[in-house]
Amino acid sequence: MVDSTGLYRTVRLIRRFEERAIELVRSGDIVGGIHPYLGQEAIAAGVCAALRTDDLVTSTHRGHGHVLAKGADPARMLAELAGKATGLNRGRGGSMHAADFGIGVLGANAIVGAAGAIATGAAWASQQAGTDRVVVTFFGDGAMSQGVLLEAFNLAALKRVPVIFVCENNGFATTMRVGDAVAGTIAGRPAAFGIPASTVDGMDVEAVLGAATEAVDRARGGGGPSFVECHTYRFDAHHTWEHKAKPRYRTDQEVAEGRSRDPVDIQGARLADDVRERVDAEVEALLDEAVQFALDSPKPDPIDALAHLYADGTRPRAGVV
Amino acid sequence: MTILSYLKALNRALSDELAGDPSVCVFGEDIGVGVANVTTGLLKRFGPDRVVDMPISEQAFTSFATGAAMAGRRPVVEFQIPSLLFLVFEQIANQAHKFSLMTGGQTRIPVTYLVPGSGSRTGWAGQHSDHPYSLFAHVGVKTVVPATPTDAYGLFVSAIRDDDPVVVFAPSGALGVREDVDLTQLAPVPLGFGRVHRAGTDVTVVAVGHLVQDALAVAEQLADEISVEVFDPRTLYPLDWTGLAQSVDRTGRLVVIDDSNRSCGIGGEILATAAEEMRLVAPPKRVTRPDGAVLPFAVDLDLALQPSREQLTTAIREVVKTGR
Repeated sequence: MVDSTGLYRTVRLIRRFEERAIELVRSGDIVGGIHPYLGQEAIAAGVCAALRTDDLVTSTHRGHGHVLAKGADPARMLAELAGKATGLNRGRGGSMHAADFGIGVLGANAIVGAAGAIATGAAWASQQAGTDRVVVTFFGDGAMSQGVLLEAFNLAALKRVPVIFVCENNGFATTMRVGDAVAGTIAGRPAAFGIPASTVDGMDVEAVLGAATEAVDRARGGGGPSFVECHTYRFDAHHTWEHKAKPRYRTDQEVAEGRSRDPVDIQGARLADDVRERVDAEVEALLDEAVQFALDSPKPDPIDALAHLYADGTRPRAGVV
Repeated sequence: MTILSYLKALNRALSDELAGDPSVCVFGEDIGVGVANVTTGLLKRFGPDRVVDMPISEQAFTSFATGAAMAGRRPVVEFQIPSLLFLVFEQIANQAHKFSLMTGGQTRIPVTYLVPGSGSRTGWAGQHSDHPYSLFAHVGVKTVVPATPTDAYGLFVSAIRDDDPVVVFAPSGALGVREDVDLTQLAPVPLGFGRVHRAGTDVTVVAVGHLVQDALAVAEQLADEISVEVFDPRTLYPLDWTGLAQSVDRTGRLVVIDDSNRSCGIGGEILATAAEEMRLVAPPKRVTRPDGAVLPFAVDLDLALQPSREQLTTAIREVVKTGR
């Protein structure tokens, strides 16, 4: 089990990774922007701390935290964001599709709610294979109104598969408030399918770990799916595009209130000052190396732009003959 | 020799693959009972962990198959209605198809999507009569449309064994085709290779799916005046351009009969490629559904929008008039 220091290290790593990535967006080294995970770090860190390396996760467009918390190399992750050949996906996926199958990250999915059914199928197959592997699928409050996710709840409950649905309720689907998008309650929806649902403070990594452990134990023990709603707040933009466009959908006061409960500080306060400083320094050194690696890495060769399109190596016809 | 029906060929292919590879499984609606006559007997033989009846949640069970594939399975997903492919286009074109590239080759998604009874079933009206194979060819999903029972067997087996997503259209117009075959001779048919059903020298007729039988009938009818070669691409994506070019080299003329809507249908692609790259002595023609067709219910209206033997006969005659 990961200790308090380990949990802090992960939230801090994600926090600083995102801040460094935003700098690289501003410098133009990351093209296309990112969906920052700032404020939500405790969820990825707490949930993944309850998992084994061979357990599986699916991630989202706001997915850097999940991939890092599952154990991906920050240098190869950052190289992927920068579109480099050394990236996790060889520069073919970028921020919204980062994947690391070697450690069970089945990919970030850029269609809201789309991964729930994929995770359910992977959980079914894992169970059929006789393993006690579990699958976690992360998604936001916005996904709760996506039909295919609700269908996945039904399938997961019917087949009693080892999948854990983790809803990161940050209050907003892009700019729409959760109250304007979700009738009834979020946790009431999985409950209607007979899926045990809990609600937890998503700003407290140890609380998240507790709720996730309960759900993982249930899944591993053959008890079927669970649902964990994590209350959180998105500190930064929906997408870095907002830094320039500055759409107004929440007040400065509201953002300040949201940021007043900071998952990094909450966990940091549980550590002795010198321990926290040491971890911060380690994380910074790791990210210094990661940034350098990403910047120094070669770009992929355009001649291979459609490599990997087919598993059997088929290359499609060119656009001009 | 045994008389093999098209549906029995599909059933046999699936049964053989389930028996031969424990990773193969089947998902779909009413497949335990075998309502579409493809999965008949499979539940009893292979059990509910391999032949998995699904609730009416096409989007979820299509992506469920993607996830199972990521975790090592080789699923076959059956759809009862061709138009359901519109409902799951996101799950196939935007999810299953893209994972290999998006992950830089970290995973493969060996899922086969089977539509027994694609195209018009006569009298099933607007939402059960589509034939959207061109859509899948357009986005680059491997797409096969077998015309005969032996090809249905062989292409379905190859689709299941393929490491990429493959859509298999079994046209309702072909389900009645029977062949006298030696069952021990049934074999996989590789994807991406066409088949010349009838050799000829005046014109190549490319026929897709059930229209192969129509093309053969027309070729026979015209035999005294025109020598028609009937080329069945069998796989629409990736299409056998080499095989087609060899046929057109022999004939110099091209007519395509294709049950797609005209605009952006595979027939248009075949004509365009032939015009760019092959030696044609006469302008080619295609016989298709009209632009953007929605099949109306009444039988005469339904039939009026589908490519017919009469239209094909006229097109062939017009094409051979030129360049002789």
